[in-house]
Amino acid sequence: MHELAIANSLFQAVQTEAQRHPGMRVGRVGLRIGELSGVDPEALRFSFDAIVKETPFDPLPLEIELCPRRHCCPGCGHTFPVREPDYASDCPRCGGKQTECVSGTELEFSYLELEEP
Amino acid sequence: MTERVPIERKVLSENGRIAAELRARFQERGTVCLNLISSPGAGKTSLLERTLEGMNRDERIAVLTGDIQTDNDAQRLARFGFPVRQITTGGTCHLDARMIARALAEWSLADPELLLIENVGNLVCPSSYDLGEAAKIVLLSVTEGDDKPLKYPSIFFKAELLVLNKVDLLPYVPFDMSRARKNALRINPRIEILEVSCQSGAGLDRWRAWLGERCQKARAEVAAGAG
Repeated sequence: MHELAIANSLFQAVQTEAQRHPGMRVGRVGLRIGELSGVDPEALRFSFDAIVKETPFDPLPLEIELCPRRHCCPGCGHTFPVREPDYASDCPRCGGKQTECVSGTELEFSYLELEEP
Repeated sequence: MTERVPIERKVLSENGRIAAELRARFQERGTVCLNLISSPGAGKTSLLERTLEGMNRDERIAVLTGDIQTDNDAQRLARFGFPVRQITTGGTCHLDARMIARALAEWSLADPELLLIENVGNLVCPSSYDLGEAAKIVLLSVTEGDDKPLKYPSIFFKAELLVLNKVDLLPYVPFDMSRARKNALRINPRIEILEVSCQSGAGLDRWRAWLGERCQKARAEVAAGAG
């Protein structure tokens, strides 16, 4: 259960960012979580809500974008999903074997929505 | 009026910053830092015991071992005469880069050639934290399920080496070795796999050879950087 620590890091980042926009109210926080990030989205949401509660930021909706694993083939440039149950990562277009993971490990604070109070 | 401000920053950017500093320091000083991760009881401490046991006393090797409570592991490992330091997290389920930086700052340690970090026993949380290591190593014991790589893909994806431990128990457990290998390779086609038993000693020569190669590579990189 490291989601509480991660939610805390996120909330600190939100506070820092909010200070750069005085007079504005934070209306929403955007977060990107990859399926290989080792982070449980619901546990993170639960932790984030618990941290925000009883702060001036409450309520603060958290919008989570889940990022599936995707690979790119350096040979032909094709990008494709790598999925259960086989997680086949050879390029389906040209058969290339050395494909690179380009998405799925994200744990990113993607945006902040600011509102005029 | 609502305005959307793009941030596009890693949530653990502060951890990432400290890890990058550690990594630069390790590379500059020729230290190979390895981060050992597994569930509790898979044999991280046993593997370290067998590793230290087989080393010459003049080898420059050090161990940082993380646990939520107790310094039992440091005590187990200290008897081999190499520098060992315990990090007690006091509840936190993983080590983070700051804990490593702090432990190194408080430790009067000559730069080792090999720094082995034993993470807190947990197959999930440690995978999210970069410690500045050269490689993550995941241990899986045959008393666990052979489907663990599919259930905990994050760490198997990020590890460079999978050590399958307790192979001496294979006759007594329903663990399917070929399925475990296949599952690990599905998640990470580049992962290297070693089968060992810390009890019988089987496979440990290959583990030591793997460590030796990593150190040799680091020495070559430092020499190339200096030249």
